[in-house]
Amino acid sequence: MRMTRAIGRYWLAAYALLFMLFLYLPVLLISVFAFNNSAVPAFPLAGFTTKWFGTLAGTVPIHQAAWNSLKVALFTAAMSTVLGICVARAATRYAFRGKQMIKGVIMAPLILPEIIVAVSLLIMMLRLGLELSLVTVAAGHVLFCLPYSISVLVAGFDGFDRSLEEASTDLGETAFGTFWRVTLPMMMPSIISSLLVAFTVSFDEFILAFFLGGTSPTLPVYMFAQLRFAAKLPAVLALGTVILVVSILLLIVAETYRHRAERRVKFEGN
Amino acid sequence: MSSHAMIEVRDVTKRYGAFTALDMVSVDIREGEFFSLLGPSGCGKTTLLRMIGGFDSLSSGEIRIGGNSMQDVPANRRPTNMVFQSYAIFPHLDVAKNVAYGLKRQRLGATEEKRRVDEALAQVSLGHLRGRMASQLSGGQRQRVALARALVMRPKVLLLDEPLSALDKKLREQMQVELRRLQQSVGITFVLVTHDQYEALAMSDRVAVMFGGQIKQVAAPQEIYQRPATRQVADFLGGMNFVDAKIGQVEGNQVSVETAAFGILKVQTPANGMPGAGKAVLGIRPERIRVLWEGETAKDVIAGTVIERHYFGEVTHLIVQTGEGHAPLTVSETNDFGADDIPVGTKINLAYDRDAFVLMSE
Amino acid sequence: MSQPGTIVINPSAPVRQRAERNDDERKGLTLISAPFFYALILLAFPVLSVVAHSFWTQNYLTIDYSFTLENYRVALTEPLYQQLLLRSLRISLTVGIATVMLAYPMAYFISFYGGKRKGLLLFLVTLPFWTSYLLRILSWKIILGRQGALNTALMSAGIIDEPIASLIYNSNAVIVTLAHCWVAFAILPIFVTLEKIDRLLLEAATDLGDGPLLRFLRIILPLSATGIVSALLIVMIPTVGDYVTPRLVGGSEGIMIANAIQSQFGRASNWPLGAALSVVTMASVALMSGLVVVVIRALVRLAR
Repeated sequence: MRMTRAIGRYWLAAYALLFMLFLYLPVLLISVFAFNNSAVPAFPLAGFTTKWFGTLAGTVPIHQAAWNSLKVALFTAAMSTVLGICVARAATRYAFRGKQMIKGVIMAPLILPEIIVAVSLLIMMLRLGLELSLVTVAAGHVLFCLPYSISVLVAGFDGFDRSLEEASTDLGETAFGTFWRVTLPMMMPSIISSLLVAFTVSFDEFILAFFLGGTSPTLPVYMFAQLRFAAKLPAVLALGTVILVVSILLLIVAETYRHRAERRVKFEGN
Repeated sequence: MSSHAMIEVRDVTKRYGAFTALDMVSVDIREGEFFSLLGPSGCGKTTLLRMIGGFDSLSSGEIRIGGNSMQDVPANRRPTNMVFQSYAIFPHLDVAKNVAYGLKRQRLGATEEKRRVDEALAQVSLGHLRGRMASQLSGGQRQRVALARALVMRPKVLLLDEPLSALDKKLREQMQVELRRLQQSVGITFVLVTHDQYEALAMSDRVAVMFGGQIKQVAAPQEIYQRPATRQVADFLGGMNFVDAKIGQVEGNQVSVETAAFGILKVQTPANGMPGAGKAVLGIRPERIRVLWEGETAKDVIAGTVIERHYFGEVTHLIVQTGEGHAPLTVSETNDFGADDIPVGTKINLAYDRDAFVLMSE
Repeated sequence: MSQPGTIVINPSAPVRQRAERNDDERKGLTLISAPFFYALILLAFPVLSVVAHSFWTQNYLTIDYSFTLENYRVALTEPLYQQLLLRSLRISLTVGIATVMLAYPMAYFISFYGGKRKGLLLFLVTLPFWTSYLLRILSWKIILGRQGALNTALMSAGIIDEPIASLIYNSNAVIVTLAHCWVAFAILPIFVTLEKIDRLLLEAATDLGDGPLLRFLRIILPLSATGIVSALLIVMIPTVGDYVTPRLVGGSEGIMIANAIQSQFGRASNWPLGAALSVVTMASVALMSGLVVVVIRALVRLAR
């Protein structure tokens, strides 16, 4: 019986490995072809080159789009984290009527088909006479990123002993003082994580930006438009590679920082 | 310890919807005394403590501290400080900063603050750890930091919410002695919540025993243990042999009771007074009955047969059947004379102390 | 999942949390009001206006507000839309089942064999999901294309002579791409429920004579059923309304309902029809989800 267990374990480990490869391979291929000296991403590889990356530097619309994405993502990260803190705190600390319903409404964008969200927002905004622009995109992004922020922040609040805030009050601090000296420092890892996750999600988000954007496109929207031109494909791949690398780095930073700081505030052993 | 009341609890009630956590509770806690709230989980002792500290509101009633009503005084402005059950040490600060936390608002200046912190740390023997990060402390060390942090504030009352329950037995016993010593050296009022009877008896000047949101008896440890007021209190603290008895004549503060096993006894009226319909319960502690060895004599003796024997290291409990229809008696004997060797089935004689019988209300 | 060494929270806390109805409620509601109203305004109202629009008619640039069910008639009876809707549901169901079957062993591996590296493994597995959706779909376009990576790799290895045309621009391509995009997300709920299974239960089962397969079928699988249901739902619901994937790799055989909806807001300019299609889509998704939950619950009950 132990042998079947060992075999089972190896099969499973092999599966896990293949799974990881399957997961990362397509995305790695983009990077491979971004360095490929051919206008068509195909095998066999035609030699190493960085010229596609070079074109990125000279293409002004890319810089514009990147800057637009940056603005939207920064705003979204901040807004979504601030609102997320309110929700996470309310959800983990207080009991009140309609809690489940309210949580449901706020978390809904996570599981609704994006097209529905995009279409509904589009209709409402146009009917209100709003002009589509980066502002409308940001508004949609905050709605969309809020559930992600909340997930991260709720985990942070959950692990946070309520007595700590009571102890601070007991020692004479006001509500604001307690928030500033105890709650905020304890929550900092989760807050930073939320900022980074919301930023990344917003930066990479396509559908809402596509529907709700005006004349200034975000980076994904720009890339999508470029896909029409076969000649532009390698440049798009180069751009994609840059975006992937930056996203992955940001997410790794978010995770390592959060993990390290989390260990700092949890008690070890005994 | 003066007889001046530091904390006055008057008809305090706390309701959570249909559930009553505290039911018209009244008690006075004296200045400088070590006072314990003792009872099983859910009896309301922690709720009462938190209300004194200002962390829970009252449904009705009043709490006064130092003569002042605490009606609209929030927790951060009361002359009390609390040691929480989980210690609530701030993990992102080191020991010194934890202890200094409450002093910040007082803006004492760096040297004075340091002096006060060092003083508090010395009181709990943690001076050598002032720079250690909170997350690296053991449970016992964290508890001392919590104590120091509260004491440095020089409160009039120190509230302790089951401070020792998370520690292992040896450490707990050590801390019990230290806490008592600390309280006596600092001289302020301590109010401690615990479900551990031995803890309450060991440390307190007075104990309040609580059940179901009510205080059933308030007295010094000896009084509580030797003369419990009710069956519930008796049962909660130590073992008790309950004896069938018929209540007879009441003369002043003495009552005659008629028992099948022990004949007619004269006992004191229950601590809370004679219950109305005459429903009272007679009891004697297992350790007040002892084995009468070969050649020993005693004034009051009862014969019986050992039907069970339980060995506990320091003591042995013998379950003895004394007669037809009598409930078996539990006898607690220390093992220095060989009580642990008495075989089951032996016929033995038991000596008992007439004055040890206590009459309680149901 | 509690980690060793964390602080013990005061055990009488739940009683206290039942308390202070007015105070707690007030604070909680105040805190949550801003984000709630934000979500309400940006989600509930828009959805309501979609529903409203589905009952109106659009004449070029103006809206006729008279109540009509014409849009629903078109949405429900036009063969084109019926076909698209059914195809979308079929695709999302297939993707759901495929991702769950792919994700389950991985979640199992991390939960039972991950040891100290569980967090790291989970992170590595979900990392791709946080990156650009668009880029992941693009990568499949590159792989499955006629002159794409897969075909050219096979040709240069001499395995095939002609590129396989049917790799891309059909619903299969959509299914493969969507499955790949969502499998990481599906792992999470399954992992969470697997983590919750008390390992002592398995030891007890072993003690009572069960081998590994029986342990899995009788304990692990039933106890992870809720995770499976969650995974199915969180994959199926969004994929029904996916727009980009069918657009990039679906061709004409693989387009889905979302593309039809989008065109009503673009060239075709028939908002009410787009709105009706959206409502019909949402209702179908809800129905399908309900069915899935019912079926799985029945299966679990049968297994007992």
